[in-house]
Amino acid sequence: MSTAPVHPVTLAVESGTGGILLWAVLPYLSLAVFVLGHIWRYRYDKFGWTTRSSQLYENRLLRIGSPLFHFGILIVALGHVGGLVIPESWTEAAGISEHTYHVLAVVLGTVAGVATVGGMLILVYRRRTVGPVFSATTRNDKAMYLALAVTIGLGLAATVAANIGGGGYNYRETVSPWFRSVFALQPDPDLMTGVPVLFQLHALSALLLFAFWPFTRLVHMLTAPLGYLTRPYIVYRSRDTRLGTRAPRRGWDRVG
Amino acid sequence: MRVMAQMAMVMNLDKCIGCHTCSVTCKQAWTNRTGVEYVWFNNVETRPGQGYPRRYEDQQRWRGGWQLNKRGRLTLKAGGRFKKLVTIFSNPVLPSLDDYYEPWTYDYETLTNAPLQEHTPVARPKSLITGKDMKISWSANWDDDLGGSQTTEQQDVLLGQVSERITFEFEQTFMFYLPRICEHCLNPSCAASCPSGAIYKREEDGIVLVDQDRCRGWRMCVTGCPYKKVYFNHRTGKAEKCTFCFPRVEVGLPTVCSETCVGRLRYIGLVLYDADKVLQAASAPEDTDLYEAQRQVFLDPHDPQVAEAAERAGIPYDWMEAARRSPVYALINTYRVALPLHPEYRTLPMVWYIPPLSPVVDAVRETGHDAEDHRNLFAAVDALRIPVDYLAQLFTAGDPAPVDLVLRRLAAIRSYMRDINLGREPQEAIAEAVGMTGEQLYDMYRLLALAKYDERYVIPPAHAEQAHRLEELATECSLDYEGGPGMGGSGPFGETSGGAAPIAVENYRALRDRQTSDTPAPSVRGGPRVNLLNWDGRGTPQGLFPPRSTDGGDDSGEPKP
Repeated sequence: MSTAPVHPVTLAVESGTGGILLWAVLPYLSLAVFVLGHIWRYRYDKFGWTTRSSQLYENRLLRIGSPLFHFGILIVALGHVGGLVIPESWTEAAGISEHTYHVLAVVLGTVAGVATVGGMLILVYRRRTVGPVFSATTRNDKAMYLALAVTIGLGLAATVAANIGGGGYNYRETVSPWFRSVFALQPDPDLMTGVPVLFQLHALSALLLFAFWPFTRLVHMLTAPLGYLTRPYIVYRSRDTRLGTRAPRRGWDRVG
Repeated sequence: MRVMAQMAMVMNLDKCIGCHTCSVTCKQAWTNRTGVEYVWFNNVETRPGQGYPRRYEDQQRWRGGWQLNKRGRLTLKAGGRFKKLVTIFSNPVLPSLDDYYEPWTYDYETLTNAPLQEHTPVARPKSLITGKDMKISWSANWDDDLGGSQTTEQQDVLLGQVSERITFEFEQTFMFYLPRICEHCLNPSCAASCPSGAIYKREEDGIVLVDQDRCRGWRMCVTGCPYKKVYFNHRTGKAEKCTFCFPRVEVGLPTVCSETCVGRLRYIGLVLYDADKVLQAASAPEDTDLYEAQRQVFLDPHDPQVAEAAERAGIPYDWMEAARRSPVYALINTYRVALPLHPEYRTLPMVWYIPPLSPVVDAVRETGHDAEDHRNLFAAVDALRIPVDYLAQLFTAGDPAPVDLVLRRLAAIRSYMRDINLGREPQEAIAEAVGMTGEQLYDMYRLLALAKYDERYVIPPAHAEQAHRLEELATECSLDYEGGPGMGGSGPFGETSGGAAPIAVENYRALRDRQTSDTPAPSVRGGPRVNLLNWDGRGTPQGLFPPRSTDGGDDSGEPKP
């Protein structure tokens, strides 16, 4: 049986109830809250859907911290897409060996990680020390900062620990297939049971962060204004016919 | 030709006394909320002065509006789409609160709560940003009436561009007031700067608005507007701007700032323009061409071809009538006495100004000449206290000729009307000297000096034909009532699903039933439900009262002792 798969097809019994809850139930809960939460928020709180920028209060620290953090986290996000979504077999088929991939990931990840964490530290310092910014910080913001910082910190810690402890951890054999299995609607909690604890904690904190996401100011990410690149400069809109009037009944819409 | 209508304003600066009534009433109406304490949709600046926010006209620094690139194409001065997205995490040229001012309130409670003490308690200023005590050092009108101009005079952006030396010595000083609102530009750079596409220009009346549900607080519009008339609400994280009081204008009322203007210096009216020519006009090669180029974009509402095109464009007949009566069009194109503010920003602004004719009569009288003789007056225009150059920097990108013509026309009114007022024969030569006829000069005098409310504000109401549904006049499909053969009535999921039956329909049916039935006021549905609105007090409809107990058999209804 030399061709037996390294990881047998889902055997829920092996991962135990806790494993199933964490790696098969929680992801769907988190996803459901993420999607439905955003829909709910968009329908009922469009006015609250904003970056709530504090640049007007303070610009000196923001000018450095904010781009550092945002560009860093964008590269980190791209890295996660590359690591989690693209199967190892694909990169190997493209001629990228595991070693090459690992070096690339570590180098790019280090740069992006340092930028993200550095930017975040500047922004948190600014939020705490600059009076107007601090007084404009809500409890929701604080919880969001905590969730974000914990997730980023754990992710960084997992990578650093794996690379310093012993030549890195190939998450593309465990975490990535599990991630894809969730989206393939065939969740395989077994894949996550043997993963180093820091990676597990990072994944869990990320799941919690995604569940919290729709209810924070992080929603501004979903409306990143990419349409600006293609739309005409000046937008014309007709006066809203529904303002102060009843919507026309079905079959009685205005012509033209 | 693509005809569009634009609601526009002209302000006659000769009449502005700088009382700030417009600012105060506007603030009470629109920006008396937290987060917008520092926001003035309407502000009145003393010129020369820094303006609000401070030195907003310095586009080398604030990079507002449009510019021509090397190939002569129109581009945003602060950078195009790609640059906007790259700098979205920290807008490099956003004015800080210091450029406006730190809003404050006073600790009024101390005045009533303070214990008995030797000295009168003082209400100390508290910052509305930090909540802490603060020292007030600047505000929206700190340099009002040239206050403190010894230290701030050199901060006026335009003074640096005026060639002749302008002295601030007391004897020769000058000033005038400049009320400013959003320009509701034909080519708005704020809208072009908005990454979310939340700022839009209304097709019907050209009012530029921020969709508060779409704004995501990227702050690019604040940079994009060269007049700095888009403000960031630091509490809600959304951009806000002057709305041209659209809820008032839609029902034919003037804006709050115009309505309350003490000097009656504001005019509101429609201007028709050719939307196809806007880009071409905004791309005029020289800054000094822009005033004329923008005037060429406007269409003559009396021209039958324009009227035909407007009809095809769906502009209603009463709007065309209003466009013909528009005082704004008359001041801009017929009399040519109104000028745009800073046309060099290339946004084609739509709030225009009649430049002030400083105390010219007094100045001439002091020289011993006949102060209202038109020849003396014309000569004096060149030596005005408010230098023509300075006005040209404001209104014509530095070209003194149009300003000169306007001032001469304003001076000509004085001379021409003096003859009429004194019962003498009016001199046609005065009108000819400024390229007008005497009749035109008289009409202009009427518009500038006498125009009543309905002549200053010619505002056709918006056509919300559906609004009458709100009043439930039951003038829609007459069969569309509950139980009728029309499409209305009960929805598929029972009585309360679908729309509500208009009260008017119900009342009509109730009235008809009452008039044709044998019993007084039967219930509408025959059941126990009674609509008290339909009960006219006659009789007792079935079901209005609980069933009377029948054991007594007494019908008098009198309570028994």
